[in-house]
Amino acid sequence: MKGKVWKYGDDVNTDVILPGRHLANYDPKFLASVAMEDLDKEFAKGVKPGDIVVGGRNFGCGSSREQAATCLSAAGVQAVVANSFARIFYRNAINLGLPAIQAPELVEKLQKGDEIELDMAAGTVKILRTGETVTFRPLPPFIMEILTDGGLIPHLKKKMAKGQ
Amino acid sequence: MMQSLGESMPVGKTIAQKILARAGGKESVEVGEIVDAKVDRAMSHDNAALVSKHFASIGLSKVWDRDKIVLLMDHRVPANDIKTAEGHKKIREFVAAQGLPNFFDIKEGICHQVMPEHGYALPGQLIVGTDSHTTTYGALGAMSTGIGATEMAGVWATGSLWLMVPKSFKITVRGKFPKGVYPKDLILRIIGELKADGADYASVEYYGPTIRSMSIGGRMTICNMSMEMGAKSAICPADKKTMKYLEGRAKGHFTPIYADKGAKYEKKFKFDVSALEPQVACPHTVDNVKPISAVAGTPINQAIIGSCTNGRLEDLAEGAAILKGKTVHKNVRLIVAPASRTVYIEASKKGILATYVAAGGVVINPGCGPCLGAHEGIMAAGERCISSTNRNFKGRMGDPTSEVYLASPAAVAASALEGVIADPRRYFQ
Repeated sequence: MKGKVWKYGDDVNTDVILPGRHLANYDPKFLASVAMEDLDKEFAKGVKPGDIVVGGRNFGCGSSREQAATCLSAAGVQAVVANSFARIFYRNAINLGLPAIQAPELVEKLQKGDEIELDMAAGTVKILRTGETVTFRPLPPFIMEILTDGGLIPHLKKKMAKGQ
Repeated sequence: MMQSLGESMPVGKTIAQKILARAGGKESVEVGEIVDAKVDRAMSHDNAALVSKHFASIGLSKVWDRDKIVLLMDHRVPANDIKTAEGHKKIREFVAAQGLPNFFDIKEGICHQVMPEHGYALPGQLIVGTDSHTTTYGALGAMSTGIGATEMAGVWATGSLWLMVPKSFKITVRGKFPKGVYPKDLILRIIGELKADGADYASVEYYGPTIRSMSIGGRMTICNMSMEMGAKSAICPADKKTMKYLEGRAKGHFTPIYADKGAKYEKKFKFDVSALEPQVACPHTVDNVKPISAVAGTPINQAIIGSCTNGRLEDLAEGAAILKGKTVHKNVRLIVAPASRTVYIEASKKGILATYVAAGGVVINPGCGPCLGAHEGIMAAGERCISSTNRNFKGRMGDPTSEVYLASPAAVAASALEGVIADPRRYFQ
């Protein structure tokens, strides 16, 4: 799927992705409308389905609020790519069906505004600016299974229906 | 600070390995292994409204084990707006429908204080909570960690979750705290050294005479804030102090778990607090830590004593000792939030709350409100706060141009008095 790159730095925390003042409203549409509010006011206005968010080290550090992943997913973000992730954000993203890809070599090559084409199954990102296709280390099979099912809830429902 | 690599010949296991082996029903587990772990306790606060929404979508009628779930409300109490009120209402309805016995309404206090106080967090247990500071219960020898609402819905359904067995760090602390220097200063110093991602995915074990002589409250401060360097869990091995604290509180039986001799630690660090200066985490990251002398004299508008990090009786007493018989600076709004109803009552009986009010402070109800910028202490553009809480991210307490400095309750009290960031040590000379 094609999209545009929104690139940020190290230690992007959950409070700037989704500020505490908005936590009581669980509506995904609302959350998408205030996504990244304290980091980049242009994001919520400009983000389009298929875009990817790129961060440096320790992306999503701070609170356990899963709204920080919900707001990106609801805004149409197809994946978050970073040098490293804070562990709770990583789990939240996967559990909500939003791929979190740890790939420093890819982060280095991506620039703000780049057009990209992401293929999760193949584990590749094509950067249209340079024509280069970058491979990233695939996510573990059990995580890919959760993502393919659309997140933890559909994944659990599927397992329970099978009697597992 | 010293750092050295762990032993090359691993023979024993760390606390995290041993707790996850037990929780996963295995003889032993290796670092990096994925374990399907059964949890001993599952805690959720106001976000239980979101968890229950996810749980309903799974389609099960009953939770896996109603005795193992603890629910309470602390983030926005009493409700600060209609959305929150609706969330609280949903939680009460869920509690009634499921017949959950371990439920605390808005009156009880902050989850991370209430859980230990009521004996729900025990040595050797595996505990998950929908709050990042769930690492706090490591102060009692538990392995405890934060998860999101969707994941908790899965735990309510199945009683288990996948966890990767973390690498472990060993931090040994020596020395006696100088007067006016506290466990909060130690953990800020540690975070300043290791940085915000320095312990990402790691389980941190704390050892040494300073930890052993530290109160359970001090250990809670340390384990609570270890999350701010990315730790998955932070553990002070249970000792006599732990057992004494648990007397008459512990809900159920427990077996403490200790690291084996020769356990493999990926990194080891040593700290000495004998000459430690009070520390301050400066805007806008928790690892931007400086000795207080570097920022002393910076004017402030607000000062907060409270939170799961530093809202216990000893914290409130430290601040009150400085403010007794004095008046808060005219430019400063001092807000004091006891961490729980129990702390509130004890601080009230000891005259601590009266000291704050007489000094011109505002004592609010137990809860998280101002720490996360939910209510009861929001800052306007350009304002500055010194706070005994745990995060100073941009916009954390209000307008994105406001600033938060993190410090010990004593440093907050001294600053409230002087109107500028101030070193508390001179009040103990």
